[in-house]
Amino acid sequence: MPNQSPQALVAEEEQRLNGGPVINDFSIQVATVNGSGSQSSNTVLMRSIFQMGIPVSGKNLFPSNIAGLPTWFTIRANKDGWIARRKEIDFLVAMNPETAREDVMNLDPNRVVVYEETLKLNQYRRDLAFFPVPFAKLAIEITPDSRLRKLLANMIYVGVVGELLEIDPAETEIALTKQFKGKAKAVALNKTALDIGRKFAKETFDRTLVPYKCHRMNATKGKIIIDGNTAAALGCMFAGVTVATWYPITPSSSLCETLADYMKEYRIERDGKANFAIVQAEDELAAVGMAMGAGWAGARSMTSTAGPGISLMQEFIGLGYYAEIPTVIFDITRVGPSTGLPTRTQQSDILSLVYASHGDTKHIVLLPASVEECFQMAYDAFDLAERFQTPVFVMSDLDLGMNNWMADPFKYPKKKLDRGKVLSVEDLKRLGNFRRYADIDGDGIPYRTLPGTNHPAASYFTRGSGHNEAAAYSERPDDYKRNMDRLSKKYETARQHVPPPQIQSANGAKIGFLGFGTTHWAIIESLDQLQREYDRPISYYRLRAVPFTKHLAEFFERHDRVYVVEQNRDGQMGMLIKLELPAELAGKLRSIRHYSGIPIDARFVTDALVAAEKGEQN
Amino acid sequence: MSMTTQQTSATPPKNMNRLGFTMADYKGAESTLCAGCGHDAITSQIIKAFYEYGVEPHRVAKLSGIGCSSKTPAYFLSKSHGFNGVHGRMPAVATGVMLANKSLISIGVSGDGDTASIGMGQFVHLLRRNVPMIYIIENNGVYGLTKGQFSATADLGSKAKSGVMNDLPAIDVCAMAIELGCNFVARSFAGDPKQMVALLKAALGHRGTALFDVISPCVTFNNHEGSTKSYKYAKDHEELLHEISFVPFFEQITVDYSDGETTDVELHDGSHIRLRKTDKGYDATNKGAALDTLRKCQELNEFLTGLIYINEIKPDFLTLLNMTDEPLATLPQERVQPKEDDLREIMAELM
Repeated sequence: MPNQSPQALVAEEEQRLNGGPVINDFSIQVATVNGSGSQSSNTVLMRSIFQMGIPVSGKNLFPSNIAGLPTWFTIRANKDGWIARRKEIDFLVAMNPETAREDVMNLDPNRVVVYEETLKLNQYRRDLAFFPVPFAKLAIEITPDSRLRKLLANMIYVGVVGELLEIDPAETEIALTKQFKGKAKAVALNKTALDIGRKFAKETFDRTLVPYKCHRMNATKGKIIIDGNTAAALGCMFAGVTVATWYPITPSSSLCETLADYMKEYRIERDGKANFAIVQAEDELAAVGMAMGAGWAGARSMTSTAGPGISLMQEFIGLGYYAEIPTVIFDITRVGPSTGLPTRTQQSDILSLVYASHGDTKHIVLLPASVEECFQMAYDAFDLAERFQTPVFVMSDLDLGMNNWMADPFKYPKKKLDRGKVLSVEDLKRLGNFRRYADIDGDGIPYRTLPGTNHPAASYFTRGSGHNEAAAYSERPDDYKRNMDRLSKKYETARQHVPPPQIQSANGAKIGFLGFGTTHWAIIESLDQLQREYDRPISYYRLRAVPFTKHLAEFFERHDRVYVVEQNRDGQMGMLIKLELPAELAGKLRSIRHYSGIPIDARFVTDALVAAEKGEQN
Repeated sequence: MSMTTQQTSATPPKNMNRLGFTMADYKGAESTLCAGCGHDAITSQIIKAFYEYGVEPHRVAKLSGIGCSSKTPAYFLSKSHGFNGVHGRMPAVATGVMLANKSLISIGVSGDGDTASIGMGQFVHLLRRNVPMIYIIENNGVYGLTKGQFSATADLGSKAKSGVMNDLPAIDVCAMAIELGCNFVARSFAGDPKQMVALLKAALGHRGTALFDVISPCVTFNNHEGSTKSYKYAKDHEELLHEISFVPFFEQITVDYSDGETTDVELHDGSHIRLRKTDKGYDATNKGAALDTLRKCQELNEFLTGLIYINEIKPDFLTLLNMTDEPLATLPQERVQPKEDDLREIMAELM
């Protein structure tokens, strides 16, 4: 895979840099030490740009550590609204002595560096614009408290960067007040730091030496900034979740923690009582076991976890599939195998979700690509779980779950919750009897009753061992097979109910991309690059759920080659697709894989596609 | 699992309990366990206790893990929902069930392998949380379904059917339960139906986890000479901590119990459990003494049965969570889905 940019990109970059100021199109990277409190500063910086109406995205590249290891926060501002990660850094804020040299060496020529003066970074390169700032010294002016000084140095760089990029100081002040809402003392201290940074930069530097500038535009009005886990938590709350049981694990912890915060605000009734239960379990086995117990008893239940938790939950997931118990399981994926890179992103749990547990199993997996979809699919997942009486997965990832994304405000779900085929006392009176695992409607979905239903025919025995239609223990081959075939039929029915793909057919396109989840952002930007740089029309199939829908084969039929873009080593989604398609269509599948733990970027996709297509022509 | 069912004032007809159910309403499918299995005796006591106390079958959730013991919920209360889950994980399922529907009465049946080995992690956390349920360990010291391997409750020096001696100490689930804050800890014997029924009825009146460690001999793999979990050994060695009687909330208390020989504990539902002292002079409300007794018991290889510890003060897990009075499972959409204005407010904060 070529690593360097193709000529087209070089030309574009030259134009960007030589043709005067670069407006609203740059990446800032802040290199700090984790635990140094830079998160607030970075949020203020990002929000300031956002409030100027400029599309922006923020990605935190952090270590699996509490304090003391390197962390990088990247803010991408892009007037065209591209919010995928961009490989190239334009503006570096070097605050971490340990990584400063490497951070500087990694930059392309003519980029900008703001750094702690004492690090003497200007000795390493001649082709960069250096702006040394005595952060430590400036912080002394504000407070004698050394711990506080460290935090305030972070706000000083916000002031410096703001001055150099010409960010409206009024917007920064609003962002700062929002960040430290209700803490007047913190607002005042940070405001002082901000002003000191601005003043220093104004008096010391010639800001025309920085080509990157923020000019007010109108592309973010009415938009929100939110991370995927918060969005998913909101989706759960508005889906009427009543029982959430979880065990802490990066990068999913914030989902249930945020859920707990919102539920305390919006789901406590007038008498002060909660219409929900959120329980931190002793491990993932217990977390999913509780969720299943609650789902069986009729609650809208959920748990959230990451790959290692999914591994631990396998046995229960199989029980949920076979005994037909609804629950929602969020997998906010990270880099595996094993502990892997716990704070980096990947899409490598696909097969372990779709086929989770021993025996013949197959599951419904929803694949949100955006924060809007985290909200919507969290909501949908509960309807699907109860409709299909089975565990339903929502697969997000660290990049989507923990990073800040710009989005339109979420739409209020106006439809009635689908609680599925649950028989009431009245139903039982009418029917007289009930067979738990009988396929009455021909869709593979049986009827269930909830414990506590006051009718002599309501009860049944749920078990993970072999059972017949009446839920009685059975080892009979015909009972076993009939039940397994019905479960398969139920999965076929699900194809018509899962979110369909979003397909973008390009005129005359012979090739197509197939992507899902966060890969989407790199693909849409890559499509633009391929159009502009290579005049190459390409179709795009954004997969939103497993099982696949009928559209999949149709898309493969219409194209000569389909490039499945995913963030794992083995091309797991490609494998699934190959299993599904007839051989002549499966042969059209090509694979583009990005699996370093860093979010995939558009240039990578473009380069990979171009290289692969060259190979096809030879 | 305190009952809130109102009392019926009229005396029920013969062969019917106060709610109008017959004993048959509490029976289940026929047992497939070995003839003479201690577990079947326990099943009979469960049926009797639930009948006599007067529990509405539809309000019961029967829960279990995997093993011979875990099959038994199919053999009682067939008018109740049952859930036979995965090995050692019944506590999590039970917790979830009770979170979803606090009006249910949960009874979990586990074994010594299911609880003290594979399920130890969940067992201790269930106790720590004090999830309201009856938790019965049908303890026979062996794995029956896999043909007689020792379990973690097999006593040191106990002999397997194959002749192998157990050289590891037993885990005392009762002592552990008291340490972890369980407030109703009983040890009983499958061959002592009277005590078992009185204790089970008391457990129905207790709100919190009620733990039963019931020695339940495995007639196929652990009922031989040299076993400390055989019928013969248990019968020869059982010593009662006290004589137990149960006075339900729906019956008038007429007997004077302030004779110094009887401890009377009022349960959450208003029932009373009356513990008549034997020569042991045992006080079941003293946590330190309970632990001390269990320690000595283990040292001397004694088999003491009765209500080892009871404390009716500690709140159960569901009370701590301060949930709505109605079950969460069946709350209507308008109560569990916040309003459109709420979403608008949240969105505005994120702008």
